[in-house]
Amino acid sequence: MPHWLQLMYDSLPTLLWAGIRFTIPLTLLSFALGLALGLGTAVARLFGARPLVLVARFYVWVIRGTPLLVQLFVIFYGLPSLGILLDAFPAALIGFTLNVGAYTSEIIRAAISSVPKGQWEAAYSTGMTWRQAMLRTILPQAGRVAVPSLANTFISLVKDTSLAAAITVPELFQSAQRIVATTYEPLILYIEAALIYLAISSVLSSLQARLEVRFGRYGGMLEANP
Amino acid sequence: MIELSHIEKRFGEALILDDISLTFAEGSVTALVGPSGGGKSTLLRTINLLELPNSGTVRVADDTVEFSPGRKTPWPAIQKIRCETGMVFQNFQLFPHRTAIENVMEGLLVVQKWSREKARARATELLTKVGMLHKADAWPANLSGGQQQRVAIARALAPSPKVLLCDEPTSALDPELSAEVVEVLGQLATEGTTMVMATHDLRLASRIANNVVFLEAGRVIETGTAERIFGAPEQDRTRRFVSSISAAQTL
Repeated sequence: MPHWLQLMYDSLPTLLWAGIRFTIPLTLLSFALGLALGLGTAVARLFGARPLVLVARFYVWVIRGTPLLVQLFVIFYGLPSLGILLDAFPAALIGFTLNVGAYTSEIIRAAISSVPKGQWEAAYSTGMTWRQAMLRTILPQAGRVAVPSLANTFISLVKDTSLAAAITVPELFQSAQRIVATTYEPLILYIEAALIYLAISSVLSSLQARLEVRFGRYGGMLEANP
Repeated sequence: MIELSHIEKRFGEALILDDISLTFAEGSVTALVGPSGGGKSTLLRTINLLELPNSGTVRVADDTVEFSPGRKTPWPAIQKIRCETGMVFQNFQLFPHRTAIENVMEGLLVVQKWSREKARARATELLTKVGMLHKADAWPANLSGGQQQRVAIARALAPSPKVLLCDEPTSALDPELSAEVVEVLGQLATEGTTMVMATHDLRLASRIANNVVFLEAGRVIETGTAERIFGAPEQDRTRRFVSSISAAQTL
């Protein structure tokens, strides 16, 4: 076995374990929480009272306008000055959740707005409440519009979790860095880490395709009239 | 019976409905006619409170809701009226993510809280009535406009409303497809369904309606039986309008 292959083979279990232990849970948890936060923010912006709209806009403005790495540093290294001490993993989880929430809120807001107004009226005319109309009529149609963009955010997130290495989370990329520190083989190890990210993203892309088929089975919105 | 009294509706400064009082008897079929922007659609949508009037009273069967400026109307009162009215829209507005039969079942399941079996049985009965049972499991996107509208009529009738409201039910359809919708509505009229429809379609109005209300600029100009309004209108304005649309439709 050539040297590089041997090295990859030996380090693979460590890297995979770091992925299973940190990268994947961090991705799944922060995406799920971020999606809930994004939905809440989108609904606040579309239907909330004025102060709520302003809070939601401020949140999205700050998060989208600052680098994710800086946000993570503020949470992990900055907040202790205020007496808020967080472990690395929860700090990363909070940072990624806030980030996903801001980006997905814009996607969800656009998707909800894209459902024709007549669909609200049709739901209301059967006697549905706002909540029933939202859950049963509007969100399923908005979901279909949002899936490709949400999947995009999800795949970006998998890769962005490598930034957690900078705040001491021993995830996939940091594991690679540690092995490099002892083996002095950066090219091989970092390519190996990249291949693992690529594999995870590919699995997610195929899931996205299946989800789109599932949402698309009814063949499109009937018309775009307002 | 449906009763509207002293209904006033404004959009900002514009007065859309100006002190309208009308009653619609049980079993009657009324056509609201008049030029575009005259207030027909808004008046129709006021009956099931998709538009909330600024002032006036809406009564459907035993439920009455009163409106006055600056007062918020409680939701249960609105919902009660909506459950006693069924609405058919110009562009159908079927739920695209539900099959034909699911569209009819939706309100029964969600609002009336019926069991699935009971809702399915009711939906089957209604789809049969509008001649759409063979497409029960089709997606709306795979139906023609006339078929979609027939499913929409079944959906509106599902909770046995006191009145069926139709907002330009044939305007989005070509003459051939519109004929199948007119036929279904005609059959419902014969069975004694109370209906109010806003329409430009003289064929629909003259074939089905007993009463006609002519509206212009938010006011009722003339009301009467269909024969009289279409045959011998009293008001000059009504006469001009009727002759213009009948001319357009016989071309």
